[in-house]
Amino acid sequence: MDGFPILSLMLLVPLVGAAICFFVPAQTARMVALVATLVDLALGVVLWASYDIGGAQWQFVERAELFAGFSYALGIDGIALMLIMLSVFLMPICIGASWNSVTKRVGEYMAAFLMMETLMIGVFAAQDLFLFYIFFEAGLIPMYLIIGIWGGDNRIYASYKFFLYTLIGSVLMLIAMFWMVREAGTTDIPTLMATDFPAGAQNWLWLAFFASFAVKMPMWPVHTWLPDAHVQAPTAGSVILAGVLLKMGGYGFIRFSLPMFPEASANLAWVVFTMSMIAVVYTSLVALVQHDMKKLIAYSSVAHMAIVCMALFSFNVQGLEGSMIVMLSHGLVSGALFLAVGVIYDRLHTREIDRYGGLAINMPKYSLFFLLFTMASIGLPGTSGFVGEFLSLAGVYQISSWVALIGTTGIILGAAYMLYLYRRVAFGEQKNADAAAMPDLDKREWAMMLPLAAAVLWMGVYPESFLAPMRADIEWLDQRLEAAAPAGDAHLSEPNPEAAAEHHGEEAAAEGGSHQ
Amino acid sequence: MTDFSQSLALIAAEELLTVVGLVLLLAAAWMGDKSSRLISIVAVAALVACAFIAAPALCGGLMGPERVAFSGQYTADAFSAFAKLLIYASGIASLIVAPRFFDRVGAMRAEYPILVLFAVLGMNMMVSATDFLSLYIGLELNSLAAYVLASFLRDDERSAEAGLKYFVLGALASGIILFGMSLTYGFTGSTNFAAVALAMDGTLATGALVGLIFVLAGLAFKISAVPFHMWTPDVYEGAPTPVTTFFATAPKVAALALTMRVALGAFGTQVDAWQQIVIFVSLASIVVGALGAIGQSNIKRLLAYSSINNVGFLLIGLAAATQEGASAMLVYLAIYVAMSVAGFVVVLLLRDAEGRPVEAIADMAGLSRTRPALAWALAAVMFSLAGIPPLFGFWGKFVVFQAAVNADLVALAAIGIAASVIGAFYYLKVVKIVFFDEPANVVARDGESGVDALAHKVVLLIASLFISPLGYLLTPWLGDLADKASAALYFAG
Repeated sequence: MDGFPILSLMLLVPLVGAAICFFVPAQTARMVALVATLVDLALGVVLWASYDIGGAQWQFVERAELFAGFSYALGIDGIALMLIMLSVFLMPICIGASWNSVTKRVGEYMAAFLMMETLMIGVFAAQDLFLFYIFFEAGLIPMYLIIGIWGGDNRIYASYKFFLYTLIGSVLMLIAMFWMVREAGTTDIPTLMATDFPAGAQNWLWLAFFASFAVKMPMWPVHTWLPDAHVQAPTAGSVILAGVLLKMGGYGFIRFSLPMFPEASANLAWVVFTMSMIAVVYTSLVALVQHDMKKLIAYSSVAHMAIVCMALFSFNVQGLEGSMIVMLSHGLVSGALFLAVGVIYDRLHTREIDRYGGLAINMPKYSLFFLLFTMASIGLPGTSGFVGEFLSLAGVYQISSWVALIGTTGIILGAAYMLYLYRRVAFGEQKNADAAAMPDLDKREWAMMLPLAAAVLWMGVYPESFLAPMRADIEWLDQRLEAAAPAGDAHLSEPNPEAAAEHHGEEAAAEGGSHQ
Repeated sequence: MTDFSQSLALIAAEELLTVVGLVLLLAAAWMGDKSSRLISIVAVAALVACAFIAAPALCGGLMGPERVAFSGQYTADAFSAFAKLLIYASGIASLIVAPRFFDRVGAMRAEYPILVLFAVLGMNMMVSATDFLSLYIGLELNSLAAYVLASFLRDDERSAEAGLKYFVLGALASGIILFGMSLTYGFTGSTNFAAVALAMDGTLATGALVGLIFVLAGLAFKISAVPFHMWTPDVYEGAPTPVTTFFATAPKVAALALTMRVALGAFGTQVDAWQQIVIFVSLASIVVGALGAIGQSNIKRLLAYSSINNVGFLLIGLAAATQEGASAMLVYLAIYVAMSVAGFVVVLLLRDAEGRPVEAIADMAGLSRTRPALAWALAAVMFSLAGIPPLFGFWGKFVVFQAAVNADLVALAAIGIAASVIGAFYYLKVVKIVFFDEPANVVARDGESGVDALAHKVVLLIASLFISPLGYLLTPWLGDLADKASAALYFAG
């Protein structure tokens, strides 16, 4: 694959597809979009297959001096690879989810989604600071249109809120970027990741980046755009929003905040921990009382992303690996849950939990999938959620037992609201006749659910496939953070191994003696 | 210094404009309004010819004493060439879009292209002036032509009101500038920019400071910066739309170029004295421009506030007071001209079933379903004005803010860019009305065919392509030209 610009091709395919979608009738636009996303998925598989695990840190590097002030530079490491895979994997499913439910302005809709795909891949593949910013910000436009045109009743309020919240977060980051480029004299992200910025400036830079990523993530108290945007977005919009767009915040932390400002990250980790602890408990409690299914899942997203944040700032390998796996897992699971909501929404056109009930009777196959994804969201062993949350909390525990303790309550509360949701929707009596008459999954829905279920189980049973490409990058990051890493609060009394062995030996001998 | 014949050679573009303008005036007098189309075509050709005359100075990055004419009154350097090219482009655009607008009310007169030519001539002098006297002559020549243009629809009350308002307030501003100039002259003993800069070096006399403030206040009026912006929405709304297109682009370029030359040239040795003023004016323009636009229901008034807002961003580059800042301003200006032209051409293309122009924003509801191409162009303009990547409007803000950060004005940059989010709100409002709302069915479904409609679309296409992401491919070229131009500015200063 040497020299073949596969990343540019992955950017180009959806872009060309988007251009075509503008000019063709609805059914053709659907086909074009599906083909374009499947081609990108195939390219993504090729990308993964030819990614050299343990090879160079940055692979598939492309560089062209097309612009003044910054360059067109692409390249990925394992972290970016996994997030790109998540994006290209979810996109065909999104197109499938909108196949029948979107009937107005189909061409523009598909074009907006394909543009989103280009921009998402661009965010993860960009190796130039400003190129990253352009991709990062540009995603606002298609998402604004998707929420505003094809959303629900309160779509306009939600689209404004989404746009302005994320914009104000990002513009400050741009100013910080200018300062960094001036200081370091380069816009190259790998170089900047190894640059040591003066400690006094780091805190300011970190805060500017934090303003952007915290909104994207989203962290409490700037999360309020998310439930609105999710509830009003069409199903596929929610899938992309939860599945990939939120990951841009986490990716930003792991790519920029941590390696570029390690001292500031250590100094200000308490901010992240405090906000995440509040988020985990508060949003879980809010999720518990929701009547709207999408809102419930949206709040659960905030809670899950809070666990990602905690784990990112745990300054150890487990935490970083855990946060990445939670991000990937949450991308799949929350995407799948929104899809599951979409399936029944398409039939009954309501998201009110009370309007359903007893779906296990008339939609057994659907209920099975829904159960699997519910369990994955809770973090049942064997599903992807368990691996991520376990690693994350194990990482967090090393640095702060209190944060880990409160983070874990989030998992308990998560089980509460998810099981409560599932019970109300799938179990119990069939109290609504129209809900009871809904048909089970059709072929198209099978085709969307099955790959997601397979991926969730794969990641749960054999996470090594996903961890292997990222391992070297996370180790690099861990070394970069080592000097700044704060001490944990666990105050382990250093045991003397020899003494312990002797003591143990004596005990064993004593036991042995007593048995004789 | 150059002798008289060389001086005359340096002002070839101005001579051409003068001669063509006067000949066309005679032609208009003899041939009447029937000849207006022919006169428009000749005027466009003259502007194109002027562009060819100005281009070599820019591409060659020319500067220095051999480009100075008439004993330091005037310079034809790369900086003035950059501004002139933008002015010619704006002039050509507003000549092309005029006939269709005026023909509907039977008001297409032969004077229109001639007045535009004279206004352009005045602006040429403004951007080339290196002396307060030539500056003032250029400014007045431009302003007088502009007052007439604003009230060009003689039997339209709004147009007449716009012309009167523009005249009264413009005359006041000219008076303020003149007063400032006389104080500056009194305390420095010269009207030449270089000599003024030399005389002001060191401690600044209070009288000279007052002169500086008055000159800048008058110029702030001309670029419609807060707190001298009040005339802008009324004039933009009242003036005929092709004239508004012209006002929003060419005079803005000229006045900003002039402000740059005065601030960085004549007052270049007293940066500390004016920097705080520029910082205040720029932040105030950004905020007032953004807040004022929110309540507007007329698209032309909205674009007027948007231009105030944009001037605020441009002035951030001036506040940096560096060559990089000047270069950034020029890049921003080029992008701003393209955005404004595209925006106003869209407005010109909006007509109801009876051919009347549509200006109310509410009437554009659901445009994306009736006129999708036009709606997407308008959305591109709005996102671009809001500075959202990947549209090219982002690049203008990018270079300006980068220059500010590199000049250690981090706080100014942070506040300015945060305030730009307020502006994003009303741009989004337009996109929301055009894309999200149910169609109001006021705008006629398809524009008529014919040369004029085609010409509009060609202008719109060129401007839209420029502000589309493809514009980024031009950044090395644009940046290079702007660097040459700002180098010339700094050389002269």
